[in-house]
Amino acid sequence: MTLIGKKKGITRRGFLAGASAGLAAPAILTRTRAYAADPVVKIGHVSPRTGPLAGFAEADDYVLEGIRKVLAAGVENNGKTYQVEIISKDSQSNPNRAAEVASELILGDEVDIIVAASTPDTTNPVSDQAELNEVPCVTTDCPWQPYFFGRNGDPATGFDYTYHFFWGLEDVIKAFLALWEESGVERKVGGLFPNDADGNAWGDEIHGFPPALIGSGFELTDPGRYQPLTDDFSSQISAFKEAGCDIITGNMIPPDFGTFWSQSAQQGFNPKVVTIGKALLFPSVIESLGERGNGLTSEIWWTPDHPFSSSLTGVSAKQLAEGYTASSGRPWTQPIGFKHALFEVTTDIIRRSADLDDPNAILEAISKTDLATVVGHVNWDFGPVKNVSKTPLVAGQWQKGANGMELVITSNHSAPEIPTTGTLQLLS
Amino acid sequence: MDWINAIIQGILLGGLYALFAAGLSLIFGVMRLVNIAHGDFIVLAAFLGLSVTSVLGISPLLALFLVVPAMAGLGYVLQRGVLNQTLGDDILPPLLVTFGLSVIIQNGLLEIYSADPQKMSAGPIETASIALPGDLNIGVLPLVMFLVAVAVIAGLQWVFYRSALGRAFRAVSDKQDIAELMGLNKAHVFGLAMALSLAVVAIAGVFLGIRTSFDPSIGPGRLIFGFEAVIIGGLGNLWGTLIGGIILGVSQNIGAQINPGWQLLAGHIAFLFVLAVRPRGLFPRID
Repeated sequence: MTLIGKKKGITRRGFLAGASAGLAAPAILTRTRAYAADPVVKIGHVSPRTGPLAGFAEADDYVLEGIRKVLAAGVENNGKTYQVEIISKDSQSNPNRAAEVASELILGDEVDIIVAASTPDTTNPVSDQAELNEVPCVTTDCPWQPYFFGRNGDPATGFDYTYHFFWGLEDVIKAFLALWEESGVERKVGGLFPNDADGNAWGDEIHGFPPALIGSGFELTDPGRYQPLTDDFSSQISAFKEAGCDIITGNMIPPDFGTFWSQSAQQGFNPKVVTIGKALLFPSVIESLGERGNGLTSEIWWTPDHPFSSSLTGVSAKQLAEGYTASSGRPWTQPIGFKHALFEVTTDIIRRSADLDDPNAILEAISKTDLATVVGHVNWDFGPVKNVSKTPLVAGQWQKGANGMELVITSNHSAPEIPTTGTLQLLS
Repeated sequence: MDWINAIIQGILLGGLYALFAAGLSLIFGVMRLVNIAHGDFIVLAAFLGLSVTSVLGISPLLALFLVVPAMAGLGYVLQRGVLNQTLGDDILPPLLVTFGLSVIIQNGLLEIYSADPQKMSAGPIETASIALPGDLNIGVLPLVMFLVAVAVIAGLQWVFYRSALGRAFRAVSDKQDIAELMGLNKAHVFGLAMALSLAVVAIAGVFLGIRTSFDPSIGPGRLIFGFEAVIIGGLGNLWGTLIGGIILGVSQNIGAQINPGWQLLAGHIAFLFVLAVRPRGLFPRID
């Protein structure tokens, strides 16, 4: 039997090898950019589309569609028009998965720039992969301390390939203190900090809230770190009652805040100001609390009332938010502005880079960024550390308006360019 | 007074844990099935409750009349259609299948309801409380939950030991082959057990949804307390499950009174202690 095969000159192995080489050939041949008719620049995008962090990425489709429409005509760089291809991948809210898709984008899709947004669980693994593989990377939507120190960044040297724009813990502290000072209530604060990355950073004895509060003449009652997804807050509530706390602050996830807030009412604890980070960002959370959501206060990264507009499309913050509401039928959320700004910055970098085939030229363009975006000014020369540029942060209150709960800016000490849109009302 | 308050709140919390655990205890007792998706079924029930309340505009407590039968029906179909095929000498296949169900339910809910945290509103009862002498307050809602948990356990206990269905449950639990020889349809009995388990899950889910915010991903986090309550109380013993829940709730709150960081840890320590001293739980019914 084998003799017949040899006579014809085709063996099974020979056929398989030849066929697979033939099939694989186009894949190898199309890799080279020099043969392409129109030069293409590839942007890799990692975002938590599914899983617990999906709320941060719910506007991805809307934002990407808008960006792709603007970039459809291509982007001009050094007199040549480049087509821009955005490849978006889901991190599934899982840091390991985020690292995996980032390396797929870098090694498989061979992207020229990689971008990522939403919480340290997305920004950090993606940035680490980019740093490792020497690909320029821009991230946002995560306070800069967990981004920078969470990756063991050294303020003296910084990172080479990864850049980030957002605000930091010091801005939250400033914004909250200003809000409380304006409220005029007694300076006794109760702290609810969970035992997770954010909670430990906020409650840190040296860099967190405790020293800043004491320095500004506030008295802090901090019963200690609780475990997230706790079902009972009665011990904290009795500690706050005993200390006579008028202000409650902390960094919580929505289920924990929901438990705390209804238990407070049952236990007859009625603070005058409740300012919580993270849990009160999204309108859906406030709506779900019903009447008890009215009057809660939170940090504000971005609202439609911010006096900024997009460098890419020219639309104002208001138009961007209203566009999302019109296309999805859902209320606007704060990450929309940052997601849009991320692509503003990236497009700007593509325009200015001296050579899009050279990662170092792209890095040079990133570090020289000086762009007014829809979330504020991005310029890495003025950051607290080398790889971080800060955007403004204000604080405000959820108030019952004509169209349900509305986020009103009541305190703008750290960013006076953003106008206040209302005054603080006490809870009780 | 803080300590008394912590213990009272802990007992009430124990009722919630017992509700989480009762369904687990029941199906483990009848068919030795460990349902990894139990926590996700609780969340599924909460979302069903949310849909019913928002479509019909009724109170979540009234929505129970629709959610409980719906979940029970789902349980029966699920058991007959899927889980019965996996039951056998090997305990691994049902474990893996329920693990898969857990992933499917989470992502299905995410697809339908998005990742937004939701909460059901039961009106003024949520914040109402009864004032006791000595500056103690007992929330009406936790009290109602505790009483419902006791009633559910008592009801299950009655079904198990006083009804024909319970006799069938005990029969297949003791010796499946002999029970089938006596004319019991094992597949049907298992289906009914799962239906009953998910009916209890429906109650737990709706109460969870009134008590706090929930989103598709929080199910597994709720599962561990259910397991611990079942094991502390002793496998297969329903009253034991209630006591297990209370022990868990009280030890958590005593831990929290010392330091909030100790809250969940104290519960886990109580659990490990029981496991070390009495590996089969405090009041085991089955070997």
